[in-house]
Amino acid sequence: MQGLNNTNTAVTKLKILLFVIIVNTVLVLLFTSNLPAFELTGYVKVEGKTFFNKALFTRQQRSSMSIAAQPELYHEWGNGNSLIATPFARIDSVDAERSHLDIRELIYQRAYDTWDLRLGIGKVFWGVTEFLHLVDIINQTDLVEHIDGEEKLGQPMAHLSLAREWGVVDMFVLPFFRERTFPGRRGRLRSGIVVDTDHARYESSAERYNVDLALRYSNTLGDWDFGIYHFAGTGREPTFSLKINSEGRLRLIPYYEQINQTGLDVQSVYGNWLYKLEALHRSGQGESFFACVGGFEYTFVNISSSRIDLGVISEWAYDDREDKCTTGFDNDLMMGARIAFNDAASSEVLMGLIQDINSAGTIFTLEASTRITDHWSISLNAFFMLDSSSRDISYDLRNDDYLQFELFYYF
Amino acid sequence: MKRFINILLIGLAIQLMPHNRALAGTTEDKGLAIAMEANKRDTGFKDYISEMCMILRNKHGKESIRNIRIKVLEVENDGDKSLTIFDNPRDVKGTAFLNYTHKVGDDDQWLYMPALKRVKRISSRNKSGSFVGSEFSYEDISSQEVEKYTYKWIRDETYQGSPCFVVDFYPVDKKNSGYTRQLNWIDKKEYRVLKTEFYDKKQSHLKTLTFSGYNIYLDKYWRADKLHMINHQNGKSTGLEFENYKFLTGLKITDFNKNSLKRIR
Repeated sequence: MQGLNNTNTAVTKLKILLFVIIVNTVLVLLFTSNLPAFELTGYVKVEGKTFFNKALFTRQQRSSMSIAAQPELYHEWGNGNSLIATPFARIDSVDAERSHLDIRELIYQRAYDTWDLRLGIGKVFWGVTEFLHLVDIINQTDLVEHIDGEEKLGQPMAHLSLAREWGVVDMFVLPFFRERTFPGRRGRLRSGIVVDTDHARYESSAERYNVDLALRYSNTLGDWDFGIYHFAGTGREPTFSLKINSEGRLRLIPYYEQINQTGLDVQSVYGNWLYKLEALHRSGQGESFFACVGGFEYTFVNISSSRIDLGVISEWAYDDREDKCTTGFDNDLMMGARIAFNDAASSEVLMGLIQDINSAGTIFTLEASTRITDHWSISLNAFFMLDSSSRDISYDLRNDDYLQFELFYYF
Repeated sequence: MKRFINILLIGLAIQLMPHNRALAGTTEDKGLAIAMEANKRDTGFKDYISEMCMILRNKHGKESIRNIRIKVLEVENDGDKSLTIFDNPRDVKGTAFLNYTHKVGDDDQWLYMPALKRVKRISSRNKSGSFVGSEFSYEDISSQEVEKYTYKWIRDETYQGSPCFVVDFYPVDKKNSGYTRQLNWIDKKEYRVLKTEFYDKKQSHLKTLTFSGYNIYLDKYWRADKLHMINHQNGKSTGLEFENYKFLTGLKITDFNKNSLKRIR
């Protein structure tokens, strides 16, 4: 934990304080409350991860254990007022960056017939595709959690949503920026040069206090669901510069630009087919560029009366920055299969293959899960880099094939 | 002249007869008339909410339980809108299923996944697919609209002491339905379904659903407390136990839009 500057120490302290306050509130309410519509749910999970190959970079470990918890407290008053508090904590045996606290949600919600107001720390998802969540921008990615980028950090926001006959308008004021998390020195699944998350730089002089704005319109017309938005503010995806730190080590310093991004997501259902498209145009981060991801999902239902449903997914991602693309999806073809066993344990398997078209690069992923009892469930995740090219940003992951086992307790 | 008109009228009446078979009573028309009467008697409830316990049993009798809440809104001139919310098992808590039934054409369906805060449009062609691992398929739980079937009255029969019409329902969407026909026992007094036998694509007897514990709400609308579905081919069964039916709760169309999924508890 060396090299933390004062701001970061203060923020960390604030986070711990907030976490303690939430936990205490939960406990106090648990033991004293006869409040109506009060609810505590959530999970605790234990995770073991093992890597098949020797690490590429020094200090990286061959395996790791970790424990994580995400309780959720919900309270509702009459008249559509509610409060949700969802702290998250993880302790990792290896990576100090992965041991972290976050407030996923701490949000007050007021629901009326035609509008909702949400104030606090919240989470919002936009998008339709399965392999890449290109247009999703409100929440920062909690990358230390999972390489797929689906885990998100809580985002402070004021969110007004108007639902009318002609569609839904969402307005966001985002007063505080969350930096992306990156694995630390001992962590696997990282770039060769460690990202120094303590010295992030900003284009905005207000740094992380820059007020970001977003406006989205979405609607459903028959078989079509679509949304279009504009975002103006601090880009969630950093670019990097090299710097030698006080200990003489080379580090990547994240730089967060001010961007303007227009995004579109469309989904259409036609029989057993789902057609999906996400597209964006971003300016302010080098040359302005266009990126998109689209494809289909087709479901074979109740195959040979076995109850098993098989969904076949195919998507293609394109980014016109090509080699400068920061997502790794510059020109990639993705294929996936989702098998739902429709058994009492809700067993499910999702397999995916990502093939880079411009250069050699093939990744195979697997997610399988099943329920053991009402409260316990297990999941298995695998990641294999079958082929890689030194031109691709995923090249540093070439020795990071892993198997991950998770045991969940839900309450 | 008068006589001529009489002959004309008689001739007209004879001509009209083929179009007037409901009175004459072919088995198809009688079946349709029964379905329409049953539908008429269940029209006008506006909305209701209910809690449901779903008990899945495998052939060894091992049980697993799901707790589900249901909200239904009647829509004039179209199928009902419904919202299904899962409370248990805990790992799927907060998952919600929004369905807009349409009298004609495919339903509109969305699934809300709370962990990702994601609303996902899903294909409603999965009619024969199992609903959350139960012996009920999506078409079994979807709202039953007159237009979704053609009908044929088969016979009258007393079932468990109640005189019943026995009527065959044939799905209009033959391609996507899991059934060739559903044989229904509908009681003559109140037009409630007491039993349904489901026949699969090979015409073999797949499942039997029985309804019990009927209660009347608002002096008009009958709802069964218990549904029991047996799958004769795999030996599994699913029980549905309903409680806390509440009608006229003031649900509005805005409680059934995609935005409402995100604030569901």
